Amino acid sequence: MNAPFASNLYAIPQALPLDSGQALEGAQLAYETYGNLAADKSNAILICHALTGDQYVASEHPITGKPGWWERMVGPGKPIDTDRYFVICANVIGSCMGSTGPASISSDGQPYAMRFPVITIRDMVRGLVALLDGLGVDRLHAVVGGSMGGMQALSLAANWPERAARVLVIASTARHSAQNIAFHEVGRQAIMADPAWADGDYYASDARPDNGLAVARMAAHITYLSEEGLTEKFGRRLQDRDAKSFGFDADFQVESYLRYQGSGFTQRFDANSYLYITRAMDYFDLAEEHGGKLADAFADSRARFCLVSFDTDWLYPTAESRHIVHALNATGAKVSFVELSAPHGHDSFLLEHEQLDRVVKGFVE
Amino acid sequence: MTSRPSTLRPDLAAIAAHVAPGSRVLDIGCGDGALMAELESESRCDARGMELDGALVERCVARGLSVVQGDANVDLADYPDKAFDFAVLSQTLQTATRPDAMLDELLRVADKAFVSFPNFAHWRTRAALMFGGRMPVTRALPVSWYETQNIHHVTVEDFRDLARAKGAKIERSWFFANERAISPVGANWRAEFAVFELSR
Repeated sequence: MNAPFASNLYAIPQALPLDSGQALEGAQLAYETYGNLAADKSNAILICHALTGDQYVASEHPITGKPGWWERMVGPGKPIDTDRYFVICANVIGSCMGSTGPASISSDGQPYAMRFPVITIRDMVRGLVALLDGLGVDRLHAVVGGSMGGMQALSLAANWPERAARVLVIASTARHSAQNIAFHEVGRQAIMADPAWADGDYYASDARPDNGLAVARMAAHITYLSEEGLTEKFGRRLQDRDAKSFGFDADFQVESYLRYQGSGFTQRFDANSYLYITRAMDYFDLAEEHGGKLADAFADSRARFCLVSFDTDWLYPTAESRHIVHALNATGAKVSFVELSAPHGHDSFLLEHEQLDRVVKGFVE
Repeated sequence: MTSRPSTLRPDLAAIAAHVAPGSRVLDIGCGDGALMAELESESRCDARGMELDGALVERCVARGLSVVQGDANVDLADYPDKAFDFAVLSQTLQTATRPDAMLDELLRVADKAFVSFPNFAHWRTRAALMFGGRMPVTRALPVSWYETQNIHHVTVEDFRDLARAKGAKIERSWFFANERAISPVGANWRAEFAVFELSR
């Protein structure tokens, strides 16, 4: 799954050191940029994508043909205004849209598969910082991320405190909870239980662990929504029929929707990348990286922070954001926090939300 | 302390005029951030806010202010000692679960505190209670007893007593009626609003 499509590629010149103690030689990042970098390079905004996201934040996805995943937020005249800012979005290390990941060819000419080193959120950010170095951007006007992207934004603020003047974290957390890990484990087990997974060595074969990957996506997708949102959208309505079939077809609309989400996902995502990236998220614990005290993670930061949560997000609930806010307060950082009301759970940050637009625009400017 | 005309509410204007330029300020119950914006733009203060109402927080953030959505009754405890030069509690003391504990917290997180509140001993309130026999609904206290957020009605004299009991020193005080500053003489019955500056 190595980039058959156009994206800028940055070859990281040095071996990328990893938290595991290993290093990744010859790694590359695929990235997109929007807008123009100012002569003094002061207007760069790095946007960090979520688990299954990619660099196509504001341009058509080459595989699905769908608009960019945050096109409503990023573009000319939009809250993150590409007439003013130079927006950078890169596919993270470990993913499968052109950046080096388990599907990439290693030095022996074979795909890494499960020989790919286990990576962390901080390793992803190491890759992003290397890209910023390559682009000559010493200090970002802002780093912005939702969900896993928010973890990257926090990791950048904690480990490279000079690199961003503003840090915007939406619907995210400073550590993965047991519940978060549990859901990810369900997904990983679904993939690894698929016979076609073949211990991760499926790249040369015709069969892919698509069934397992689809189930993983279905389980995860439920966590991105809210009960209220699901009920509003589907209720218990039946799909293309008047009565229950007394069988195991997708009788209910919600079943049909999840199957569609699952199968669509296998077209654009690599199962091994899903294993590696969910692992990276599960390992994420910013306090642990800094001696057990979250406040210490931000001790050197002079950045302005803004955290946003959604009242129906049960994956990364408001309490997780508050936890970060308290740590930032304890270090005297400039921090804003708001819990926005939205019916759609964790995914609310990707959907139409005027209040979110105003917060993002106001904070970034 | 300029003579520039202010669009701030009179109690906030009095506070804004007496916060030293460049100070670190925590505005508790900061509303739409009017005072914070003034302090940041006119006095180069490092202002932080706390506000319960998410819609108001969003407006603050959208205007570039650092405001945390939270409940002062609980969340003040997360701020370190003497993190600020000034704490501001405008029109919020009477909504606190425990105003006495809130006063302690103000003087813990900041060297000095400004507290403003509607004076329940204002003659109009007294008259309404005395002659109407009902909980007053006045210009300063415009909401019926069952829907008011003001759960502890306080008077100028009550507040002086509380400050004394808490070992807080009253540095300065200002009183307002009809949107104008009035003299401290007879403030307990003449003032609709009071502002106190405290230290410990």
